[in-house]
Amino acid sequence: MLDSTPDGLHSGESPLLQTLGLTKRYGDFLANDAIDIDIRPKEIHALLGENGAGKSTLVKAIYGLIQPSAGEIRWQGERIVLSGPSEARSRGIGMVFQHFSLFDNLTVAENVALGLDGRESFKDISARLEQVSRTYGLPLDPRREVWQLSVGERQRIEIVRALMQDPKFLILDEPTAVLTPQEADQLFIVLERLKAEGRAILYISHKLEEVKRLCDTATILRGGKKIQTCNPRLETAASLARMMVGGEIKEVKARAGRKTTVPRLVVNDLSLAPGEAHGVRLEHISFELKGGEILGIAGVAGNGQDELFAALSGERLSRDPGTVVIEGIAAGHLSITQRRKLGAAFVPEERLGHGTAPRMKLSENALLTGHAASGMVHHGFIDTAATLQTVDRATETFDVRKAKRDPEAASLSGGNLQKFIVGREILRNPAVLVVSQPTWGVDAGAAAVIRQALLDLATAGAAVLVTSQDLDELADIADRIAVMFHGRLSEPLAARDASREKLGLLMGGSIPEPKEAAHAVGA
Amino acid sequence: MELVEAIILAVLAASTPLLIAATGELVTERAGVLNLGVEGMMIVGAACGFAGAWLTGSIFIGALFGIVAGTAMSLIFALMALGLAVNQVATGLALTILGIGLSGLIGAGFVGERIKPAVDLYIPGLTDIPLVGRVLFGENAFVYCSIALIIGVWWFLYRTRAGLILRACGDNHVSAHALGYPVLRIRTFAVMFGGACAGLAGAYLPLAYTPFFIPGMTAGRGWIALALVVFSSWRPGRLVVGAYLFGAVTILQLHAQGWGVGIPSQFMSALPYLATVIVLVLLSRARTGGSTAPAALGTVFVPDR
Repeated sequence: MLDSTPDGLHSGESPLLQTLGLTKRYGDFLANDAIDIDIRPKEIHALLGENGAGKSTLVKAIYGLIQPSAGEIRWQGERIVLSGPSEARSRGIGMVFQHFSLFDNLTVAENVALGLDGRESFKDISARLEQVSRTYGLPLDPRREVWQLSVGERQRIEIVRALMQDPKFLILDEPTAVLTPQEADQLFIVLERLKAEGRAILYISHKLEEVKRLCDTATILRGGKKIQTCNPRLETAASLARMMVGGEIKEVKARAGRKTTVPRLVVNDLSLAPGEAHGVRLEHISFELKGGEILGIAGVAGNGQDELFAALSGERLSRDPGTVVIEGIAAGHLSITQRRKLGAAFVPEERLGHGTAPRMKLSENALLTGHAASGMVHHGFIDTAATLQTVDRATETFDVRKAKRDPEAASLSGGNLQKFIVGREILRNPAVLVVSQPTWGVDAGAAAVIRQALLDLATAGAAVLVTSQDLDELADIADRIAVMFHGRLSEPLAARDASREKLGLLMGGSIPEPKEAAHAVGA
Repeated sequence: MELVEAIILAVLAASTPLLIAATGELVTERAGVLNLGVEGMMIVGAACGFAGAWLTGSIFIGALFGIVAGTAMSLIFALMALGLAVNQVATGLALTILGIGLSGLIGAGFVGERIKPAVDLYIPGLTDIPLVGRVLFGENAFVYCSIALIIGVWWFLYRTRAGLILRACGDNHVSAHALGYPVLRIRTFAVMFGGACAGLAGAYLPLAYTPFFIPGMTAGRGWIALALVVFSSWRPGRLVVGAYLFGAVTILQLHAQGWGVGIPSQFMSALPYLATVIVLVLLSRARTGGSTAPAALGTVFVPDR
């Protein structure tokens, strides 16, 4: 293998873990195509790539969860074939999963015990758990059941569980995706400490600034192939993004020349009891959203964003009609269809299952939200031509890539399906658009298309409400940003005054000091 | 006094098959598998148990036959629902229908035959204590076995590592797989245990409850056992209470008819199910979070490799 890495990148130490020509094939699809990667001790190694680039497949193979189709893995210079995760763990490979591998109805200590292989007694495990969590500043109560814990605490369990095996090599799959900026900072301190202890870390992330700050080396994957290994500190976020995407990403156009008009969506003192066991109670939420304006709602997932979406869309009704006012009409008691007829449109967070019926065709899915107000139904009969036309228009306007004219929703990739769902609503020319996590798990190219579409819609005079966990996204498109915490909504801040620190504190539930250095989020 | 003792004895006798079958199903469901074929596995266990005892003259061997037959039935379920990832509800219902037919076939030659039923324990002195003597020290082996079984299951689920892993598989099979546990193998063992218990519970009927075999003699007990697991909210302690409660209702129903109480017997037969529905409603209202049912219950799992 030619060493294409810049000089001075590696210390002389020999690799702890190497993959040589690692290939994983699913049918005709090459998820990993001959990937070579070297990971050295005392190194935080970033693994970058868009969705579907093969990052997860690669780490699953390294952790023994899947068997590679070809190629080999070397651990401390010696070829190994992993029979499963427990063998990986016993050799000193630990992993912190993106979608936590926790058991909601078991206690913290039981969850940790399940991740350990030894014959340790339960009492010893609990004692060691407390000791490790104290050493690394990751406080945990071993007796609590997981469903009672916040997302940040859940991740702590994962990390502590991995650390209790004393791994030489730790894989973290998008660990900061669900954390507030402050929680992420705490995590970075722990990671730096692990590095100083001589451990190696493989760090998967979409957040390029974070990678530049934390990582010593970065390997970029695209379409299952390794593109390059580089030093992220010598690159810019833009150059890293170019390598990931394989081309320029269109900049989202600035929000110049947009005028705000009349209030189109008003929420007055909305309170709502949780609809299900794990739900959040909405408490006294009020805001006003004018035409031509984009309001961003930030916050860690599970702080009432889903409940707010349900209350706005009409999936849950409130007793008092005046709590939700759409286009000047009290709508709190109106059904989804009636709200759509008032000119509102909704894009939920979950694409498959909530936004679309996975096994139904796109045209049928277009009908599902368009039947009320888009002239697709005449005298009770479906106008098939009109539904197909909607699909064609969305395809054309928003560059939806699909195998045939009218495929099943489930056959589209995440980004393309999201473009279709957002497009489907925007083509109805809504007066109010409520959209939740518009670019969650969507690749950079599609994300840019969607953000631009939201900006254009606002420019055309619509009121747009965007819920997102991605602060950079909100900084890009929103005029004002409010933060949800424990079912309450903060006072919206003008986007240029909303510093990362300020938002982060709000996301953690504290009220920021009034006199705080205000540098804008995107800066 | 005599009457109270007689009623307690009758309740214990009626509850034991429910307790045994439900204990097995509890373990199966705690591993995340919903096997609705309990009735079918029980009736095959009854037919084979009787055949075994009649052929060998030994109640013990008859019980073994029942256990083996129940386990074999559960393996059909495991092959379909776990190996081939077929819908568990449909497979379980099919298993019941298969079991009812199969038991008729196996048992056809034995209808009308009689055996000597399982003997009751007798410890001179202890068994003769008034009121409690026969209840505590005068039961047959099945009754003691059912109590040992549920205590053993409680200990296994909450005090052993294997039990923790089994509960983990029922709570989140994706996580359990990601941690490297063989989810399908663990579930297969849980299903087999459920089958063995159902087979034993079925065998109890012709070996201890009535000393002969008739087709369809389980008479819905498998369904009551299923309801019982839900009623107990998947906890062994509550399962014991529920089993004796449901058993008491069946006995009450018989006596009510004898005493000429004007409650339709159909209503009494429906009581266990009604009680289950009420308990489910109360549970979902009382609990503020977490789920009482194993979160992965009844869901298909196909590991990617």
